[in-house]
Amino acid sequence: MLLLIQYTLMFASVLSLVALGGCYSEHSGVINLGLEGIMVMGALGGAMAMQFLGKAPVIVTIFVVMLAAVIVGMIYSCLLGFASIQFNADQTLVGTAMNMLATAAATIIARSFNTMKDPNNVSNTLQYIKQKRAFLVYFGRFEFNWFMVVAVIMLVVGYIVLYKTRFGLRLMACGENPQAADAVSINVYKMRWAGVLISGFLGGLGGIVYITAGVSEWKFEVGVAGFGFLALAVMIFGNLDSKVYNMMPYIISLIVLAFTSKNSAAPKAEGIPYDKSTR
Amino acid sequence: MQEPYAIEMLHITKRFPGIIANDDVTIQLRKGEIHALLGENGAGKSTLMSVLFGLYQAEEGEIRKDGKTVHINNPNDANELGIGMVHQHFKLVQCFSVLDNIILGAETVKNGFLQKDEARKKVLALSEKYGLQIDPDAKISDITVGMQQRTEILKMLYRDNEILIFDEPTAVLTPQEIEELMQIMKNLIAEGKSILFISHKLNEIMEVADRVSVLRKGKYIGTVNVADVDEAELSRMMVGRDVQLKVDKKDATPGDVILEVNGLTLASKEHKKNAVNNVSFNVRAGEIVCIAGIDGNGQTELVYSLTGLENPTSGSVKVCGRDITHESIRKRADLVAHIPEDRHKHGLVLDYPLEYNMILQRYYEPEFTSAAGFLKRKEIREYSDRLIQEYDVRSGQGSITITRAMSGGNQQKAIIAREIDRGLKFLIAVQPTRGLDVGAIENIHAQLVAERDKGCAILLVSLELSEVMNVSDRILVMYEGEIVGELDPKKTTTEELGLYMAGAKRDPQFQKGRG
Repeated sequence: MLLLIQYTLMFASVLSLVALGGCYSEHSGVINLGLEGIMVMGALGGAMAMQFLGKAPVIVTIFVVMLAAVIVGMIYSCLLGFASIQFNADQTLVGTAMNMLATAAATIIARSFNTMKDPNNVSNTLQYIKQKRAFLVYFGRFEFNWFMVVAVIMLVVGYIVLYKTRFGLRLMACGENPQAADAVSINVYKMRWAGVLISGFLGGLGGIVYITAGVSEWKFEVGVAGFGFLALAVMIFGNLDSKVYNMMPYIISLIVLAFTSKNSAAPKAEGIPYDKSTR
Repeated sequence: MQEPYAIEMLHITKRFPGIIANDDVTIQLRKGEIHALLGENGAGKSTLMSVLFGLYQAEEGEIRKDGKTVHINNPNDANELGIGMVHQHFKLVQCFSVLDNIILGAETVKNGFLQKDEARKKVLALSEKYGLQIDPDAKISDITVGMQQRTEILKMLYRDNEILIFDEPTAVLTPQEIEELMQIMKNLIAEGKSILFISHKLNEIMEVADRVSVLRKGKYIGTVNVADVDEAELSRMMVGRDVQLKVDKKDATPGDVILEVNGLTLASKEHKKNAVNNVSFNVRAGEIVCIAGIDGNGQTELVYSLTGLENPTSGSVKVCGRDITHESIRKRADLVAHIPEDRHKHGLVLDYPLEYNMILQRYYEPEFTSAAGFLKRKEIREYSDRLIQEYDVRSGQGSITITRAMSGGNQQKAIIAREIDRGLKFLIAVQPTRGLDVGAIENIHAQLVAERDKGCAILLVSLELSEVMNVSDRILVMYEGEIVGELDPKKTTTEELGLYMAGAKRDPQFQKGRG
C-alpha cells in the first residue's frame, strides 16, 4: 500500500511537471507534441550527469543533475522553436519528428557513453544506483523524493505566473490572438520562444524525475514509454487543473477528468505559425 | 500662418514591387477635428495608415507631429507619439475579459505582478468620461460587437493616445450602433482628441467629419471642407467620374413561385440553439428578395442549407416544384446558381487558370468532357474567352491567367459570369459586392437587376444597408436564425430596418419559434 502511494506521488509529479511544460507552450500558441522527446533528452542529460558525478555531495548532485536535465531539455526544445516559430513549420510534424529522433539519438549517445568508458560495454543502459540516493529521504519504509517538492513548487509558480503576472497575460494573448498581441506591440515571436523554452525546461525535468522513480538504471531504447504523451493528454483534459492528480492515482484521474472536462478549449491560434502579414 | 496640426504626413510615397501604393500623398490632421480619409478599395488608405502606424516605411516624404519631424519605425513608436488605431477587424483576445484586453501591452505591474485594481479604476473613469458603456469583467466572446468596439476605443484612451485612427469602424455595426459611435466620436473631439476616420461611406463622412481627404489609385486628389461639398461631388472625387448612386430599376413583376422554403431548421455547430430556426419563405420569378441582418444571425447557415453545403436538420427546400432538400450539390446544379459569400473558399480554385474556374460548375458536361473522360481544351478555351468578353472580366493573360493573380473585383466578375451564364431560374447571391469598389458594385447591381428582368428569381443576402435598400424588391430580416420581419424597401426606413436587425422589433406575423 505504501509503495502504491509512493509510486502514485512520484508519477503524478512527473505528469504534472511535463503537463505544465506543455501548458506554457500551448498558451503561447505552439502545441508541443515533442514533450516525449524532450523528456527522453532531459532524462539522458540527467543520467549522464549522475554517472559523471560519481560520489559528489548530496546538494551538488541534486543541483547538477537537475541543471543538466533542464538545460538539455531546453536545448532540445529549440528544435521546435526554430522549426515552428522561426520557419513556420507544421508543429505536429516537428513534434513527431522530435519524438522519433530523441529515442534514437539517446540510444546511440548512451551506448557511446558506455563504450567510451569501457570498450566492451555496448549496452544502451545507464546505471545510477548510488547517485540516485541523493534524491531520497526515508521516512520509515516510505521513500520520499525531493522531486515531489519540486513538482508542487512548479505547479504553484505556474499558476501564479500564468494568471497573476504580466508575462502570463501576454503569453496567453499570443496563443489566443497573436494579431491582437502584435497590435499592442507585444513581440509574438519572443513570447512563443519563451513558451517553448519553458516547456523544454519542465519537460527535461520531468524526464529525469521519471527515470529515477523506482528504478536505478534506464534502458534508453525504450524512450520514456509514452509518458510524454500521457502528460499531453493530462494537459488537454485537465487544462492546468493537474494539482488534482497529486491526490489520486493518475490513471483514475484521467478517466474521471475525461468525463468532467468537456469545456476545456485549446487556445484559438494554437498550432498556427504566426505570420505578421496575415490580418 | 502656421496652423496647429496634430499630425502631418507630407508628400508620402510608398512603393511596392510593380505598384505605387501612395504617390505623393499629403494629409494634415488639425487638432480637435474629425478628418475623413475617403477612397475606394485599393486607393491606398490602408497603406497610408500603415505608414503612420509604423508597419511600413515610406520611401519619400516626412511625418510631423506638432510641427516636428518624427520617425515611426514600428507600432511602438506610434504608440509613444500618442497614435492609436481601431482596426477594422478588432484585435481582441476572445477569451479574455474586457479589462484584460484593455490593459494588455500597457499593464500596470509591481514586480511583474498585475495591478488590476488600479487599471479598473482608470478604465471605469474613462468609460464614464466619454460615455463608453462597458462591463470590465465580461468576456469578449460574450459581448456585442458594439461593446467590443468600445473596448477597442478604451484601449486607445487607456494609453492616453491623442490621435485616434478609426479604420472602417461602421462596417460591422447596426444603424443604432453607428449613431452611438458618431456621438462617441463627437465626444472624443470635444475632449481635445483628433480623429482620422477611414471610410468609403459618404453619408457617414457627411454627418460626422469636418474635412475630408480623397485618395484615388494611390494618388492624392484633394482635401475639402465637408460643409462645402455634397455626396455626388465626393463620389466624383473618389471614383473620377459620375457614379450612379441609386440603382436604376423598374418595379418588379413577380411571376411563379420558384423557391419554396418550408420550416427549414439547421442545428448550430457552435451553440445549442438552432442556427436556422423554422424558416419559411418564397421567392418568385422576376423579383429580388433580400435577406438582411447583422453578420452571424444565421444567414450563412441558411445559404448553406439552400445550396447543399450543409444538410438541414428538418424542413424542406423546393425549387421549381422539385424537392431538393437532400439532393447532392451536383444534382441540384441544374436548378441553383450560387454566388458564394467567400469567393476564395467556395467560389474559385485560386491556383487554377481562369478558364478552368469558368467551367467549374459544368466541366463534366459533354460540351467540355469527351466520352473517354478527357477535357476538351479547345472548347473550354472558347467558352472561357466568350465569358471574359461578354462580362468584361479583366486579367493579365486572359483565359490562362492564374486566378489568384486577379483583383478581387475581377474574380467576383468571373464567378458572376459563370453563374449567370448558366441561365438558371434561381440565383443565390451572398454579399456579391463585399470588398469591391463603387464602380464594380454599380456593375454587379446592374447585372442582378438585368437577370431579374429576364425572369430569374434572386435571393440576395447582404449586410450592406444601402444595398439592401436599393437593390431588393422585398426584404426579409433575419435575427438569431429566424425571420423576424418582411419589409418593402420603398416604404421602410433604415432606422426601422435597424430595429428589426437588432431584434428590438418583430413582426407578429413571424411567431417566435422554439430555439
